[in-house]
Amino acid sequence: MSYDATTHASLTADAAAIIARYPQRRSALIPMLHLVQSVDGYVSPDGIAFCAETLDVATAEVSAVATFYTQFKRHPNGTYTVGVCTNTLCAIMGGDEVFDSLADHLDVGPDETTEDGAITLERIECNAACDYAPVMMVNWEFFDNQTPESARVVVDRLGGGEQVAPSRGANSVCTFKQMSRVLAGFADGRADEGIGAGAATLAGLDLAKDNGWTATAAPTASSAPNKAKES
Amino acid sequence: MSADILTPVLSAHWDAERSWAMATYEANGGYAGLRTALEMDQAAVVEAVKASGLRGRGGAGFPTGMKWGFLPAPDGGPRYLVVNADESEPGTCKDIPLMLASPQLLLEGVIISSYAIDCHHAFIYVRGEVLHVYRRVLRAVEEAYQRGYLGRNILGSGYDLDVTVHAGAGAYIAGEETALLDSLEGLRGQPRLKPPFPAVEGLYSRPTAVNNVESIASVPGIITRGAAWFASLGTPKSTGHALFSLSGHVTRPGQYEAPLGVTLRELLKLAGGVREGHELKFWTPGGSSTPLLTAEHLDVALDYESVGEAGSMLGTRALQIFDETTCAVRAIARWTKFYEHESCGKCTPCREGTFWLRRILDRIEGGTGTMDDLDVLLDTCDNILGRAFCALGDGATSPILSGLQFFRAEFEEHITGHGCPFDPAAAALFEYTSRSRENEVAVSGAGTVGA
Repeated sequence: MSYDATTHASLTADAAAIIARYPQRRSALIPMLHLVQSVDGYVSPDGIAFCAETLDVATAEVSAVATFYTQFKRHPNGTYTVGVCTNTLCAIMGGDEVFDSLADHLDVGPDETTEDGAITLERIECNAACDYAPVMMVNWEFFDNQTPESARVVVDRLGGGEQVAPSRGANSVCTFKQMSRVLAGFADGRADEGIGAGAATLAGLDLAKDNGWTATAAPTASSAPNKAKES
Repeated sequence: MSADILTPVLSAHWDAERSWAMATYEANGGYAGLRTALEMDQAAVVEAVKASGLRGRGGAGFPTGMKWGFLPAPDGGPRYLVVNADESEPGTCKDIPLMLASPQLLLEGVIISSYAIDCHHAFIYVRGEVLHVYRRVLRAVEEAYQRGYLGRNILGSGYDLDVTVHAGAGAYIAGEETALLDSLEGLRGQPRLKPPFPAVEGLYSRPTAVNNVESIASVPGIITRGAAWFASLGTPKSTGHALFSLSGHVTRPGQYEAPLGVTLRELLKLAGGVREGHELKFWTPGGSSTPLLTAEHLDVALDYESVGEAGSMLGTRALQIFDETTCAVRAIARWTKFYEHESCGKCTPCREGTFWLRRILDRIEGGTGTMDDLDVLLDTCDNILGRAFCALGDGATSPILSGLQFFRAEFEEHITGHGCPFDPAAAALFEYTSRSRENEVAVSGAGTVGA
């Protein structure tokens, strides 16, 4: 099997746009693998062959890269990747129970996909939102301060085809394929959706404002002006 | 020291409406630093950053200006700035909210820093697992081109710069600077032998500065408010403002921007203290790769020198707080599983060592360990620390060695008691009955066994 002419032409045009971002072609490989996932829903054999022929490297080299990174999938992914952080901090704050509860509820284990193809459940590592623990990511959008109940509601709504909004992110979670296209560097026009910061992000700033703290220099410090260019 | 206990500089406008938009950023004084910098000699910008004392905010704490100074003199070929936005160290959660709320601040820093080192193509390597952050940074670059802050002849200065925003694909090791460069070149993210350092042979074997998001975002402030202002914050050797990220068993977790040298006791007071009714058991000063500290270290000044003297490292100021309900063995075993999972496999001590550390810790946690296992753990750590190819291996030993130092009795309790004496439900932030205990008769006091 290989791509039909239309798909191949569109992949070729997108790949050219990616390659143009870098001084050397090989740098395009990781975004191109995201691109392949945006079409096939995983890194398919066709996708590997396409990357190899476009970048003039061996298919083995493409596979070696694709298998190194956890976001690249070797099997068709669900429409939504639901990842529960079970690194130490989130796990202890309740992430382990959130994961176990979802696994029971969806009747899948880690890295397995529900029969209807809607959800792939994953244990994920620290996703840089520890101040919102326990954290769940759906297609790499933040769902903060989760409980087993809140997480079950999210997956039920996703499974039922509803639009679901993350805590900090776009107005609704997009599909795995749509997400992969953005990660390939093709903007989807949704950057202005959602909030700039959640409550925890602003915890210190709020306190500083209440107290009038503004990062003024120590009274003894002399402020030296910057030297302007002489010409 | 500043008279201000908290010093919002990077975080000053995170609460503005549409804080991420160019219009908001400019309305709050954004890009004044770039205008000033473009009037300065490139060398003067480097000097200002050196004079500020800014040290790398990505964990290692190397002086940023000095790092730039290591780039050889221009030879007519390309030179690169690569921003490490691959924030993945467990507990670390500062760069991601910064880029979500204020991507233009990072971008202004990128443009000034690129100008300083005579770079005409900069890269921002964002980890792939933060979709909306990637959207915001892409949009920020687009807006900067539209406003003439990027592209040809920036603000009429004759200086040209292009910026590429690159999404990773899930690999902790790609946060190591040379692994990041390999990853950016389209390879498996594995660390390179140093020397040569990236300053000499970095991206595409050309002179390259690799800097953390927070370091680069601190540059505009140094230019607009002056190196002396920056140096007046913090301590003489650890200058400036920095983001401190409190998480875990704390009343108000979040980002607290303060001068370096603040203590955990002070920060906890601001954050409402440890979870009500509980007490501090252990914490990380800068992510899981920095040795654990305990309540006896509450008054250690959080600067590079003092935390080092206390036996740990300042790292990324990722202050993960754990109270007495937390099982130290569970925490350490989980971090070890992480290091095993993320080991790139390039060097034997880390690849094999983390595998065995995880196996041994799993059996101790599960109640089938032996007292000899504790010595094997120490011995294995000894064969990794200082012998691994990069800092990932060293980091893997930090929680284990410090954990055995402070909580050896707890490890032994798991071995002699053939299981974990803690109830995980007691440590969770919501109420539930833990699976391991659902069928058990309540063991009196089992949920409150602590240090």
